[in-house]
Amino acid sequence: MIDTFKILFHQGKQYIPDVTKAKVPGIFRGRPVISNEKVDLQALVGICPTGAISEGATTVAGSVGSNCAKSSLPAQTASEGLSIDLGKCLFCGECERCFPRKIHFTQDYKIATNNRNNLIVREGEDTPIHFDDTLRRPEISRLFRHSLKLRQVSAAGDNSCEWELGATGNVNFDMGRFGIEFVASPRHADGIVITGPISKNMSRALQICYDAVPAPKIIVLAGTDAISGGIFSCSVAENDHICADMLNNDVCSGSRELDRSFLETHTVDLFLPGNPAHPLTIINGLLELTRF
Amino acid sequence: MDTLRMHNGDSVAFSTIPVMDYHCFSSLIVEKLSSGTASVRHCVNYFGYPLDEELRLVIAIADDAMHDIEVFSCRVPECAAIQSVAVQVPALSRFEREISENHNITFEGHPWMKPLRTTPDDYPFYSIDDEELHEVGVGPIHAGVIEPGHFRFICSGEKVLNLEIMLGYQHRGIERLFLKKKRLIERSVLAESIAGDTAVSHSVAFASLYESLCGFKASEAALWARTLASELERIAIHTGDLSAICGDVAYQLGSAVYGRLRTPIINFMQQWCGNRLGKSCIRPFYTPYPFTAEIAQILLTTLTVYERDFVEMGKKISHFPSVLSRLEHTGIVTLDQVSEIGAVGMTARASGLERDIRSSHPYLLYGNIDHRPILKHHGDVYSRTQIRKEEVLQSVGYIRDMLENVPDFGIETAITRGVAGAAADKADTSANAAAAVGANSAAVNLGHAVAPGMFAISLAEGWRGEICHCAITDSQGEIALYKIKDPSFHNWTALELAVRGNEISDFPICNKSFNLSYCGHDL
Ligand code: SF4
Repeated sequence: MIDTFKILFHQGKQYIPDVTKAKVPGIFRGRPVISNEKVDLQALVGICPTGAISEGATTVAGSVGSNCAKSSLPAQTASEGLSIDLGKCLFCGECERCFPRKIHFTQDYKIATNNRNNLIVREGEDTPIHFDDTLRRPEISRLFRHSLKLRQVSAAGDNSCEWELGATGNVNFDMGRFGIEFVASPRHADGIVITGPISKNMSRALQICYDAVPAPKIIVLAGTDAISGGIFSCSVAENDHICADMLNNDVCSGSRELDRSFLETHTVDLFLPGNPAHPLTIINGLLELTRF
Repeated sequence: MDTLRMHNGDSVAFSTIPVMDYHCFSSLIVEKLSSGTASVRHCVNYFGYPLDEELRLVIAIADDAMHDIEVFSCRVPECAAIQSVAVQVPALSRFEREISENHNITFEGHPWMKPLRTTPDDYPFYSIDDEELHEVGVGPIHAGVIEPGHFRFICSGEKVLNLEIMLGYQHRGIERLFLKKKRLIERSVLAESIAGDTAVSHSVAFASLYESLCGFKASEAALWARTLASELERIAIHTGDLSAICGDVAYQLGSAVYGRLRTPIINFMQQWCGNRLGKSCIRPFYTPYPFTAEIAQILLTTLTVYERDFVEMGKKISHFPSVLSRLEHTGIVTLDQVSEIGAVGMTARASGLERDIRSSHPYLLYGNIDHRPILKHHGDVYSRTQIRKEEVLQSVGYIRDMLENVPDFGIETAITRGVAGAAADKADTSANAAAAVGANSAAVNLGHAVAPGMFAISLAEGWRGEICHCAITDSQGEIALYKIKDPSFHNWTALELAVRGNEISDFPICNKSFNLSYCGHDL
């Protein structure tokens, strides 16, 4: 008994008192800031493994659709200069390492949003990633602000986002204090959290699971792989027609083992970028989605 | 017939690998791997490589006593029907299934020829026609926040008679992507995504292999950083697993304490390289995040606090009857079984089979460490719990020793910055342009060229066990084949065997005690 008390004493209080203001230790690659410094843009763009960096007018390809980049979402044209799409960024740090004066990843972990377009960070901007109020569904905050039960579906996730989703419930992050928890059955859930680029082999199970969740329900994409397919998707240069062909002949640069059609027919309520998404990104994203 | 003998991390001309006919090939395999010698020799990889309208079957057998790897091959016609050796050498069963699935080869007499990474509706599950038995299907989506796979139990009442595990849901075609994505950074992030919980060890295997193909020798400092990161990964995941094991026997205190103890270790990884799982920590040719004296101090302090509480909790568990009664004699895999199925790593060692790449085929700095693998002999959940506790403390010891001599990363970083900077300076010959045409240019590879016509192999001991990466390059120096073998590839069979005769309610704790990778298996 005494030893149990000793363990408890050493354990102490471990929870982070305020998860909205906590600081992350050391280097953390959160929201990037792109300076106006002149650099060799072509070289910089060429560094990125997933084509997350673009030059000039940026358009958000509706990369949630197929596994090939495809323009099903309204294209958004932005100002001149460089931009980084956090929906594609794997936070590998290469761009910052090679061009430290041009790109700097800040410790800002609040990078979740409900609008795919808001994940694009443009040159010279140093403003938080924000939610789009026009896309908010009133029933989400009305029904889920004090209790949100989620069913996680790993669809070819590499177990890193699954790991961090699990960590949100540990004694440090303690997401349960907000009434947000992962449950065993979709029948007990208010929504699903998808991780991974969605393999063909998981596409049907994903659909069945989603259908089993009673409405109203939400869809959350956790991690860059889920949002855009990450390293498994095709390069930006290939447009959808070429890609369809390419997929058949397997000359497409992406994986032909994905089936992201689920995302073409369903609206996503929350995007949580990261590789994997950090527990603080996840918790703050879910709080912002449900408590406004 | 002679075999080619190579060492961990070597690359050799592909043409030097002996070629024989299938009959000689299969008899040689049986001779090398038949049960009497199984404890010294085991198959680390066996795969097909389409070449000149034929299929080349290549096998790599590690010899733990000689500390080297024997490689030999054979030619078979496309879509051939050949005699399986899975009955004589059950450890090859899964390899033959993979070759059959990928290359349309028929293995005659294979006792268990089923899909490996495809998930057909009519998957031929083993079944027993008996009114007193029932089947339980679980998955692909499981109750927890974990990856997908389907488990089919045949039970008599509460007792499990048979478990069959159907995988493949996570298949992303990652080996093929290693060929398609030609830039170094693309391949590096792919290596980190093979199994996110083993990002460091898979990256180590990838980096050694890639550097060996380019004839590059990593600096002492880089090897030091890789060794340290590997051991930190082991500590972090083992600690998390101990938390999960306690959670599954409803011992809240253990679950909370181990869960909390993992946090400072992975947060340290983030302080070092910016990622809690160590993604981006290890890259071929350079060390992106050098280890500084300041970082070393942080790690020392972290470990001091960690170790005290870790030891304290460990003592409690090993004397706590209600925990012990769930862990002891549960989910037993015997020494004979692990030897027969070719189990590796912690799973093998918990059943008394000494199999640890760190000591048998040393890489990185393990040659200097004089690593002595920890062995347990009961093969039950408790052995797999104890081995984690002891391996964690062993790794903490290694890290403490390493921290007494932190190498100087200064020069190396300057060089890599120089290379990256130079590549970036050459404005129009940017990496992008090169990648677009698929050229294996220096800019894409940080100035290093992959040698043509080579075969390379690299082994690493991840926290689960032995990881094996192999590559073959074509005459242009392009990677023509990339093969990855995660330890889970062997060890899933151990889980199937472990639950036999146990109550189905003990399945979760058996499963946790192995904590195998779905994505690492499915690729
Ligand atoms: S950190 Fe993101 S934007 Fe930068 S190179 Fe890596 S993936 Fe691309």
